[in-house]
Amino acid sequence: MKEKDAINFKQQGIKPAWCPGCGNFLILKALQQALAELSLKPQQVVVVSGIGQAAKTPQYLNVHMFNGLHGRALPPATAIKACNPLLTVIAEGGDGDMYGEGGNHFLHTIRRNPDLTHLVHNNMVYGLTKGQASPTSEPGFKTPVQVDGVISEPINPVALAISLDASFVARTFCGNLEQTVEIIKKAIRHPGYALVDIFQPCVTFNKINTFKWFQEHTYFLEGHDVHDRNQAFLRATETGKLPLGIFYQHEKKKTFEQKLTVHQEQKTPFLSRSINRERLEELIKTRQF
Amino acid sequence: MKKVISQITLEQDISIVLCGEAGQGIQTVEQLLTRMLKLSGYYVFATKEYMSRVRGGSNSTQIRVSSKPIQAPVSRIDLLIPLDKEAINHVSSRLGERTIIIGDQEKLDTDKKVINVSFLKMAQEIGKAIYANIIAVGLLLGLLEGDIKAGRVFLKDYFTQKKKEEFVADNIKALERGYQEAKRLIEENLVQVGSFPHLKKSSKVENNLLLNGAEAIGLGAIAGGCNFISSYPMSPSTGVLVFLAQYAHDFNIIAEQAEDEISAINMAIGAWYAGARAMVTTSGGGFSLMTEGLSLAGMIESPLVIHLAQRPGPATGLPTRTEQGDLHLALYAGHGEFPRIILAPGNIEEAYQLMQKAFYWADQYQIPVFILTDQYTMDTYYNIERLSVPQEETVRFIIKTDYDYQRYKLGGKDGLSPRGIPGFGEGLVRVDSDEHDEMGLITEDMSIRNRMVEKRNAKWHQLKKEALIPTLTGTKDYRVLCVGWGSTYYIIKEALDRLDKPDMALLHFQQVYPISEASIDFLKRAKQIISIENNYSGQFSQLLEMQTGISIRSRILKYDGLPFYADELAEEIKDVIEENGGQK
Repeated sequence: MKEKDAINFKQQGIKPAWCPGCGNFLILKALQQALAELSLKPQQVVVVSGIGQAAKTPQYLNVHMFNGLHGRALPPATAIKACNPLLTVIAEGGDGDMYGEGGNHFLHTIRRNPDLTHLVHNNMVYGLTKGQASPTSEPGFKTPVQVDGVISEPINPVALAISLDASFVARTFCGNLEQTVEIIKKAIRHPGYALVDIFQPCVTFNKINTFKWFQEHTYFLEGHDVHDRNQAFLRATETGKLPLGIFYQHEKKKTFEQKLTVHQEQKTPFLSRSINRERLEELIKTRQF
Repeated sequence: MKKVISQITLEQDISIVLCGEAGQGIQTVEQLLTRMLKLSGYYVFATKEYMSRVRGGSNSTQIRVSSKPIQAPVSRIDLLIPLDKEAINHVSSRLGERTIIIGDQEKLDTDKKVINVSFLKMAQEIGKAIYANIIAVGLLLGLLEGDIKAGRVFLKDYFTQKKKEEFVADNIKALERGYQEAKRLIEENLVQVGSFPHLKKSSKVENNLLLNGAEAIGLGAIAGGCNFISSYPMSPSTGVLVFLAQYAHDFNIIAEQAEDEISAINMAIGAWYAGARAMVTTSGGGFSLMTEGLSLAGMIESPLVIHLAQRPGPATGLPTRTEQGDLHLALYAGHGEFPRIILAPGNIEEAYQLMQKAFYWADQYQIPVFILTDQYTMDTYYNIERLSVPQEETVRFIIKTDYDYQRYKLGGKDGLSPRGIPGFGEGLVRVDSDEHDEMGLITEDMSIRNRMVEKRNAKWHQLKKEALIPTLTGTKDYRVLCVGWGSTYYIIKEALDRLDKPDMALLHFQQVYPISEASIDFLKRAKQIISIENNYSGQFSQLLEMQTGISIRSRILKYDGLPFYADELAEEIKDVIEENGGQK
């Protein structure tokens, strides 16, 4: 690990607003490390986030930041990458942000397959709004709102993404820092949409799914063929002990940007393109008939 | 020889209405006939009203033909072509003693006097029932003494691209058959159109353009440097998305159909952030979903162009009809306080020009700019002389960033801090929907909060100074001033032309927010002001009062889903003037 280079991606002089012991610290560290190890420059990276404790992550990163609306990180991330494919674009947020409020965008971003990395901090609870259930909370989980315990089934984002043939689907637990760094690196390098669902404990509002709980209830996939979609789906729907690692990869899919003709015919950035005035003149003339 | 049974008595023009079910091909007739008539040397105007369904129902198109520029609908119908049983009922309130009805008598089942033309039978003789529409085109072209040669050439071009030769030949036969039928009606004195003495042809109009509002908005976007549109289909705004998608290859535009309007507006903001010039096109309900995104643009000081094509609400309302009911929505949408501009084109040329202005101002002031149109604007067209292609390169308000770049640097003129984009320069571009410091990072420091609120709203000063001055049509020495905004421009103008009173004028606002200070003087000079709006509550009058302190008590409002008709409006204006007896 190039521990020293990670400093390039640290935002100096700002103290994160997270609770001591929060899993977000580890995810932030893993991301800084991954970016450094990929030899990226801060000027090449845009992190797009929504709103929530996880979505504050880019505030503590030395990169371009688009901190938009709750649930809405994926649409601007898609557009940014489409307008400038040279940028490394990461969309980051929590389980409520990405799977709840932004659930529709999650589905449709997979369909588009833009070359971006989707990091979802999954602690199975709402942090910033103080402890309500999230779309990934387990049934029976009691909160100030779900007073009798959660009665809906949780979303399984990994299985959902595989069912939609997402081009890269992984899950990790932030307690496994080294593996998390490796998975994030592979996700960034993957040409296409890459989901990394990252288990993390919420030390304040989730007393069930603790650091220890995740350690005891997870294991890394071994000898798994990432190109076998059926197997990937089976592994993703396992209960009890939850597998971690890369479940599924479909590298040959064309990305959204590759399919956009705007980049096939012209390579210059959007900023320096000008209007085809002759063509416009012609087009206006067609309205004479 | 039979007796003269019908006589078209004309004002300055002839008003033709075609009415039938959706799917019967009225649109084809409209498209072909208007172009053939224009090529023949006439001024034409066409607008349509239709139901929210793909087949069936009752839809109608009005085509006005004149030897002078004509740009507004009238209630009056001179010539009705009913295509189904329901058609006559659908427009019955608009039929006068002099209205001529031409149609397939046996299909119509009506007591009204109908000049029988067996469109269907003639079509079957040529080969297929679908040629009936082209026969109708030929008939109307013949009655109006249009140029059959030009019609033939046009028809050939129109179909050649997509259809087989035989089909083209049959269509030309159908056109000629209709034309002959018109000659028969005239010769047999069934329709005495005689010579239309006032319908002179002019070779000047041949090169005029015919395009509707949706196309004008699309062309204006291209001329304004638009290279990204993300939207969700919704009548009546979809035409703009379709237009830009059609020409996306030619002009290097990313045209993305988003999963919903929320995604659409957030994509557009992302595109501006990355250096594109982006817009969304939507209508009432879709725009309601966009309002949080609008607020985001306000907070992060992102440029944004929103085309909002109004239709009657609330909720789903009348999806395919027209209204000016969303002015206040555009005005107040989005939580928090931030500047915006609202433009409302009154005609095709303004739609084209204001779109360019919208992109320019959005980029310059880093604010959302609205273009407020409506279904009537989208679906209406008439001869225009030309649209000019911008001669200069698009001006961009983007800087190359340095290492120490700060997106929200304080102390700039009019609250503006130079806008950088990621990847252009050495700086990092941080935008944040949370309150932020100069770097763009989240803050709850109250003194910074104050300065950032003041910075964002400092743009108002310049926006008000630059606001477009409303245009005055008619005498400068007016006593009665009609006030309109957006799509009603030509309708009010024709109403005033009809009244032909020397002391009346029209003040048309193409920018409705913020309002130019010069408006106050125009309003103060009037003895009586009449506000004319396509809505229930007189939203613009209210806004005008808020902005200028001048209240307008005389209002003519229409909210049935249809545009004003120039002839009806003239009567209403007359009534209002008489009622008020010269009071403001």
